[in-house]
Amino acid sequence: MSSAAPGAVVNRAAGDGTLRREPQAPGRRASRPAAGWLGVVPLLGFAAVMLGLPVAAMAAGAFTASDDAGTTSVTAANFAATLDGPYLESLLGSVRLSALTAAVATVLSLPLAHAVVTSRIRGLREAVLSASGVIANLGGVPLAFAFVATLGNAGVLTGAFGLGEKGWSLYSFWGLSIVYLYFLVPLMVLTLTPALDGLRPQWREAALNNGATGLQYWRHVALPILWPTLLSGFVLLFGTAFSAYATAAAMVGSSIPLVTVKIASALTGDVLVGQAGIALALGMDMIIVAALVMGVQLLLQRRTSAWLS
Amino acid sequence: MTASTLAPRPVSAGTAGATLEFRGLRRSFGATTALDGLDLSLEPGELLALLGPSGCGKTTALRMVAGFETPDAGHVLLDGADVTATPAHRRDVGMVFQSYSLFPHLSAADNVAFGMRMRGVPAARRRDRAQELLELVGLPTHGGRYPRQLSGGQQQRVALARALALEPRVLLLDEPLSALDAKVRQSLREEIRRLQLELGITTLFVTHDQEEALSMADRVAVMRDGRLEQCATPEELYNSPATPFVAGFVGTMNRLPGTLGADGARVEVLGTGRPVHGSLPGGRRTGAVDVLIRPEALSVGADPNGTALLVASSFLGATTRLTIRLDGGRTVLADVPSAGASTLPLGARVRLGLPERPVLIDQARNEETSA
Ligand SMILES: Nc1ncnc2c1ncn2[C@@H]1O[C@H](COP(=O)(O)OP(=O)(O)OP(=O)(O)O)[C@@H](O)[C@H]1O
Ligand SMILES: [Mg+2]
Repeated sequence: MSSAAPGAVVNRAAGDGTLRREPQAPGRRASRPAAGWLGVVPLLGFAAVMLGLPVAAMAAGAFTASDDAGTTSVTAANFAATLDGPYLESLLGSVRLSALTAAVATVLSLPLAHAVVTSRIRGLREAVLSASGVIANLGGVPLAFAFVATLGNAGVLTGAFGLGEKGWSLYSFWGLSIVYLYFLVPLMVLTLTPALDGLRPQWREAALNNGATGLQYWRHVALPILWPTLLSGFVLLFGTAFSAYATAAAMVGSSIPLVTVKIASALTGDVLVGQAGIALALGMDMIIVAALVMGVQLLLQRRTSAWLS
Repeated sequence: MTASTLAPRPVSAGTAGATLEFRGLRRSFGATTALDGLDLSLEPGELLALLGPSGCGKTTALRMVAGFETPDAGHVLLDGADVTATPAHRRDVGMVFQSYSLFPHLSAADNVAFGMRMRGVPAARRRDRAQELLELVGLPTHGGRYPRQLSGGQQQRVALARALALEPRVLLLDEPLSALDAKVRQSLREEIRRLQLELGITTLFVTHDQEEALSMADRVAVMRDGRLEQCATPEELYNSPATPFVAGFVGTMNRLPGTLGADGARVEVLGTGRPVHGSLPGGRRTGAVDVLIRPEALSVGADPNGTALLVASSFLGATTRLTIRLDGGRTVLADVPSAGASTLPLGARVRLGLPERPVLIDQARNEETSA
């Protein structure tokens, strides 16, 4: 998938080692000397330049209107426009598609990753992980074409199973969802694998030893421990889906309303000239959505995972 | 198993100890035989230490009691009932793991209360009992801490409290102290024993630390290659080991060169004859054998015509450990009363004396003879 605009949604990519931290080291966290902040300065500087500047430029453009005479003025009109009609529809369409596919991929990936981690088949793990690495980064036009060839109107599977007569269409919301899942699931498998590796076998055994059934172990031990990773993994997937562009553009064009497609068409000006301001405002909308999602994630994480801090 | 079985008994009232029995347990992992017909039984309320070298199958045996491992053959009996096929979560045994087994996302108190929560014990009762148990293991004020805010020793205390929370019939400990430093290990060792006696709970304690086993246990079972070598009280194990393996594994043992008589019942050692205790492992043979003698069983006297040389001496308080080189080149150790030892100068020729009792023998081993 070609990650377009605010791929910055990608938060601290899960599997960030939080689970692997040895649960010992008492009292180490009490007071951190101020000098500790110095180490982060290069990172902050990098973020300011690589993320801050583009956002600032985008914001400036989004709040600017230029008339025919070329004079510019500050305006909120672009934003107003993006929160109305087809633009709003595309924004909501993107959110809906991203949230749904991210949620489904998260749920599907857990048993998959678990099977990979616990499998005794030699080489399966390496094979699945490298394949996931490739597929998760496959995207754009080739991926779209692959799906058109298999599940499109004249696709191999469509013909073989007579899917067309059953009402199947790849060029629909659900069709697009399936294509998105194709690269989101491997991405989540990659994210979850280290976290699942971090689940100590003793935890499961201690749970059973304390009278828990296998199901209770998952409900009361494994899932709560995995929760931060699942949460940040979901946000990673959401951001990836939300910012994906090329696959959707190649497959469905503008027949499914998606904000990235709208931005592209506003920028290329296939409707009207002078829509750059709208495109930038849409970009800002995306950043706001991404920020909201991350905010909710942080809130949830803080409320449910006090043990990590 | 419902909440009602847990609640009324106060912690210190003691669980009436159950019996635990292994019958012919076998288990192989591929080509490795972890257990090769293990037979063992624990009396109610006793602490039995399972001792043996690494890889001899101690953990495997313990895990079969907990239900984490199934035997290829044989049975585990708990209070006379065969539990071999009972799933782990219904075994009613408490287990303390080697390390890092606390649930990291739960506070110490919630860790202890976990089993009660699984069984639907009301929250208030859970909290009270978790507190009671934390007090029992000496952590009354640590209930709110997460595992990573606790030291290794504290974590193992919480793990112990968690294992006891459901009043299990048997307590299993798999090297619970091995990740701790010596001082913490020592005090926790004593505390585990105190608690175990107080609760009267039948306990199987796996360790490869012989000092730990000898100091804590009512009886010690020495394992080797998946089988039981000897199960006896610490004193008996030390004073009359049943096999050369046990003799060498528990305490320090000298190997003196000897000659086994034709009848296989007497052995010539240090110029005198002694009856043989037990038989020679690996079949009867006459000729050169090793005679096994504890350092404190040897007596040492100055003798210009002696067949040995005193090469080193270290003062240990009441006794002094002498390092003596036999003329054949072997080195032996002798622990003698310090009063007598002071009369022996280094480099003196000495004569070794043996006690008047049957001795254990082993196949002769060509060991390194450097002093
Ligand atoms: N799950 C397993 N898969 C393969 N081999 C195993 C497994 N569990 C144990 N073994 C093997 O079985 C033998 C006995 O192992 P076990 O863990 O019971 O030894 P132990 O006496 O507890 O040793 P240690 O003192 O090192 O803990 C070893 O050779 C070990 O490698
Ligand atoms: Mg072990």
